[in-house]
Amino acid sequence: MREVAILGAGMTRFGELWDRSFREIGIEAGFQALVDAKLSSGDLGALYMGNMASGSLIDQEHIAPLILDYAGLAGHHLEAVRIEGGGASGALALHQGYLAVASGAHDFVVVGGAEKLTDVADTEANRIINSTADHEWEEVFGATLPALWAMMARRHMHDYGTTREALASVAVQAHEMGAKNPNAHYRNRLTLDQVLRATPVAEPLGMLDCAPLSDGAAAVVLGPLERARKFTDTPIRIVASQVACDTMALHHRRDLTTIDSTVVAAKRAFAQARRAPEDVGVAEVHDGFTISALLALEDLGFVPKGQSGPAFAAGQFALGQKLTVNPSGGLKAQGCPFGAVGVAQAVEVVRQLRGEAKERQAPATNLGLLHDVGGTGATSVVHLLERVN
Amino acid sequence: MAIARFWRETPRRYNLGGSRCTNCRTVYFPPRSVCPTCSTHRQSIGKLEPFQLSGEGEVITYSVVHDAAEGFEMQVPYVVALVRTREGPTLTGQVVDVDPHTVRIGLKVRATFRKLREDGRAGVIHYGYKFAPADSGGAAPAPRGPRGTAPVAPGPGAGAARA
Repeated sequence: MREVAILGAGMTRFGELWDRSFREIGIEAGFQALVDAKLSSGDLGALYMGNMASGSLIDQEHIAPLILDYAGLAGHHLEAVRIEGGGASGALALHQGYLAVASGAHDFVVVGGAEKLTDVADTEANRIINSTADHEWEEVFGATLPALWAMMARRHMHDYGTTREALASVAVQAHEMGAKNPNAHYRNRLTLDQVLRATPVAEPLGMLDCAPLSDGAAAVVLGPLERARKFTDTPIRIVASQVACDTMALHHRRDLTTIDSTVVAAKRAFAQARRAPEDVGVAEVHDGFTISALLALEDLGFVPKGQSGPAFAAGQFALGQKLTVNPSGGLKAQGCPFGAVGVAQAVEVVRQLRGEAKERQAPATNLGLLHDVGGTGATSVVHLLERVN
Repeated sequence: MAIARFWRETPRRYNLGGSRCTNCRTVYFPPRSVCPTCSTHRQSIGKLEPFQLSGEGEVITYSVVHDAAEGFEMQVPYVVALVRTREGPTLTGQVVDVDPHTVRIGLKVRATFRKLREDGRAGVIHYGYKFAPADSGGAAPAPRGPRGTAPVAPGPGAGAARA
């Protein structure tokens, strides 16, 4: 297997992009990444597109060749494939791109992620999002995706004494970072009190514990590390790319407060990279709900089981700490266009490792982690990115 | 949802019909055709037999839902819970016949046969299991639940116990 590097990264603003179509945002992100990589489209071998539900959301399946076509590349007859894994679709696309370059099947590929969630009413978008859990044995009985995560939160509070305030502190920090991110869906700051008093969605989670429904796209260009210096002074090496899966339904899990797929993907990733959680200086983790981030920090090995609440509330993962978590604002504030999320995480960590993140720049580090989850944890994807000096 | 898609699950949704591995004796709900517990999964194929759950169990976590799933809009706020059954499997279902804010982890419940939701004004009506507190009156008719969940069959446990 060859070493794989990220040569370029780009993304659109996330938010309610009512004036822009799916193909427009997909192409914008892709070309930003190509320009950043100083690569011409003629060099490309393949396009991997992460997307959760274009068929339900915009009545359009088969979106990979569509984006390729409107990027002006139909005549090159590249391989173009859409990849779906609920909220983890983007991260899975990155994994596929990594495998394609590592295996030697292709030299240069674009990994994109795009989703258009606001072209349908929010009730319809929520119905589609709920289908990333087990429709027949969870949603049919009244369980929404927020309710499933809320039940994990309830159990975490019961088992470890995690407080409502600790959960809310995740949203407060996310919006603090969103305020510093020009691409973020939400750029307003929140107080703890605002989060605690927000309209309940699925208790104990309220409206401000939940990531928004966003439109957006992100892309990265991958290539073999040995040729990376021709394109960039700061190639970012993918030192680990791991996917792990678990039961579809939450009620079949071994433990309601542990996402085993994340635990396993993280273990495999740290083993692949020969690194440990304490080596990571910046991490973009799945915070679709405030509880998701707390579980992630435990399952990735950054904090002992049950202790994420007090640690987060004390600011242990804020900008400037030894480990900065979600400098982009995460899914909560930067936004949650499902298929784009995993790729946007890569874009943020590339910018962080290059030292280009401006106001939200974490202290210098050479190792970053990406963590994305589909549904309630049936799929987890963990990547480790390293700055090559 | 297409009629056939709901109809074919009625033995499970109406009567809590699960399955049990004749090799390792583990009980599953919904029924499975391959046993995840047996070390040689392939050899468990064809060795799972029908198994009837009692419908008795305990709430292991729950949420009071305000932003409803499709078809549950008229029931908010409603409680959805994970219930660990006496026989082992954990099920997702509503907890009804109770003030939502009195539900607690550890609450003993019993399955009860109810209307789940309607597929619009002219579509099929979906029935299935919900859970009610186990001490809410045995075989007596269940008290009227939140809006849209009126009992449509004999009281708690009856639907599950019969099959």
